[in-house]
Amino acid sequence: MNQPEAKPCADAALQPIRRVEGEPLFAEPWEAQALALAVALQQAGCFTAVEWADALGVAIKRAQAGGDPDDGSSYYLHVLDALERLVQEKKIASADLLAAKKAAWVDAYEHTPHGKPVELR
Amino acid sequence: MSQHSHSHDDSVEMARHHHIHADLPPDPALRVKALESLLTDKGLVDPATIDAWVETYESRIGPRNGAKVVAKAWVDPDYKQRLLSDATTAIAELDLLGSQGQHMVALENTPGIHNLVVCTLCSCYPLPLLGLPPTWYKSAPYRSRAVLDPRGVLREFGLDLPEHVKIRVWDSTAEVRYLVLPERPAGTEHLNEAQLATLVTRNAMIGVAKVTA
Repeated sequence: MNQPEAKPCADAALQPIRRVEGEPLFAEPWEAQALALAVALQQAGCFTAVEWADALGVAIKRAQAGGDPDDGSSYYLHVLDALERLVQEKKIASADLLAAKKAAWVDAYEHTPHGKPVELR
Repeated sequence: MSQHSHSHDDSVEMARHHHIHADLPPDPALRVKALESLLTDKGLVDPATIDAWVETYESRIGPRNGAKVVAKAWVDPDYKQRLLSDATTAIAELDLLGSQGQHMVALENTPGIHNLVVCTLCSCYPLPLLGLPPTWYKSAPYRSRAVLDPRGVLREFGLDLPEHVKIRVWDSTAEVRYLVLPERPAGTEHLNEAQLATLVTRNAMIGVAKVTA
């Protein structure tokens, strides 16, 4: 209740629209992969396009409330948040399972010599 | 160029030191990897499909599909009629790469009406037609100001419309995506469909620009 005065949402109406022509589509490969996963799960029937748009909208609002600039640069983080949340809501995987899998990947990276393909063990 | 690989300064040594094991990717990349491997284990996604999508996003889908639709509507009055009455079916006719079967609506710009597309909720966008949305389309200033002050937004994009031109703003949803059919520029009567398609820009199909010859 005692949060600092961060109101990016309200202020957005006053801000100029920042544009960069010819910008790269993705800043990093994981952004494209996250988007592809969202599309693949819709095609697999795990959730609908409407559920996806709702989840993404919620993720963006939550990020705004937390002080996210919401200038488009953090968009794929919102995509990732929405994906993780939907996967949990649809009981496809729990938060614990996601965390364990991530830890397994960290472990794999730390134990794979440079130049070798990183694989889960 | 090859001289660089022979240098032995500190930064190179430092870099070597850090490369004993594979670089740990940033946190979001690890979260994506966790998701992908879990979903693959469950048989919900196929890594090859994900790779194919990524490749398509990065290199193949751009605004070219949308430009083909617009150019065809410019040269073929019957097609234009079909596009304006049932865009989903008219677009499916062209058998374009990556079409996802979204429900589409085409909006015709005329000398008196200018259409502008936004998604105020998130960033719903006709990806198969226009490729990925530009960052500004996903930004909060565009999402809110396109509705509150469309004329000002268009001016910011360098499009100063006369007062008598009505601006219609369309808010996309997961169920309906919009494609603006821009006005064919004057002086293009001699151009064929393929040549016309090269003039059509992504911004014109979102409605923040006109097509110029």
